[in-house]
Amino acid sequence: MSAGDLLFALCAVACLAGAIITITAQNPIRGAMGLLTTIFGIAGLFLILQAEFLTAIQLIVYAGAVVVLFVFVLMLLGADARAPARSGRSGASRAFGGGLFALISIFALISVGSGDGKLTKFGPVAESHGSVEAVGREMFTKGIFAFELASALLIVAVIGAIAVARSRQGAVRPKRTIRSPRDLFAGPVHPRDAGRPLPSEGAE
Amino acid sequence: MALSDTLEHYVLLASLIFTIGGVGFLVRRNVLVQLMSIELMLNSVNLLLVAFNRVHGATMGGQMFAFFIIAVAAAEVAVGLAIILSYYRLKSTVYTDEADLMRH
Repeated sequence: MSAGDLLFALCAVACLAGAIITITAQNPIRGAMGLLTTIFGIAGLFLILQAEFLTAIQLIVYAGAVVVLFVFVLMLLGADARAPARSGRSGASRAFGGGLFALISIFALISVGSGDGKLTKFGPVAESHGSVEAVGREMFTKGIFAFELASALLIVAVIGAIAVARSRQGAVRPKRTIRSPRDLFAGPVHPRDAGRPLPSEGAE
Repeated sequence: MALSDTLEHYVLLASLIFTIGGVGFLVRRNVLVQLMSIELMLNSVNLLLVAFNRVHGATMGGQMFAFFIIAVAAAEVAVGLAIILSYYRLKSTVYTDEADLMRH
């Protein structure tokens, strides 16, 4: 068993364990950590497959941005988002759908796997396969149009995310009415002073 | 038997991760966990693309596809989480059972 095989086994176990944690964890933060484990495992597999550029991109974009964004939103929503408010419908139909999906995909896997039993070995590839230079050359020659479209997509997504998630509380601020001198002071009054009259009120 | 240089092992692993992600998307009710399941499925497809690109090593098409999938997934997560946030403002929950505003 070579070092590559050991790394493959390690990454495969990390991927599967992380994936199972992601979908079974009751606490979504734990699920995000499972997703992180899977992402690291897949990055390791990319490394075995000589895709160094994609390994770096996977770690930067997924582990560095996507999981952090998930954790941010989970923290923002807080513990209120954890407990279901009310479970009106039973889980039977969902469990049935999930089980059916798993059965179909496992059946498809078996029917494909029981072919002629011949395994496809990786042949030799160029030393530069998957390097930043090789991928970059391909991307800026054949894929330049898609690359520009991807940048446009990302800008549109960022603007869309801001537009959707922006709070509109500032726009509907109620009109200020001044009934007593205390209303002139914008901030909340300290509880200690809440019931106490202001000096001018006391003088009258 | 070599584990790491056989295409079928990668295909098996990728389809297992895809299945786990699909089951998670169908079974869980928390929108955030469903979004994470979608990420799992996208990641498994990326793994598959890169593994096949290793077999057909003359070109970089598979890795380029994986790169663009990562870009699209990042955009999808940004918009998806924004939608979840504004949904949470509306309904004070992130569970799909409560999402019945557009029910007939």
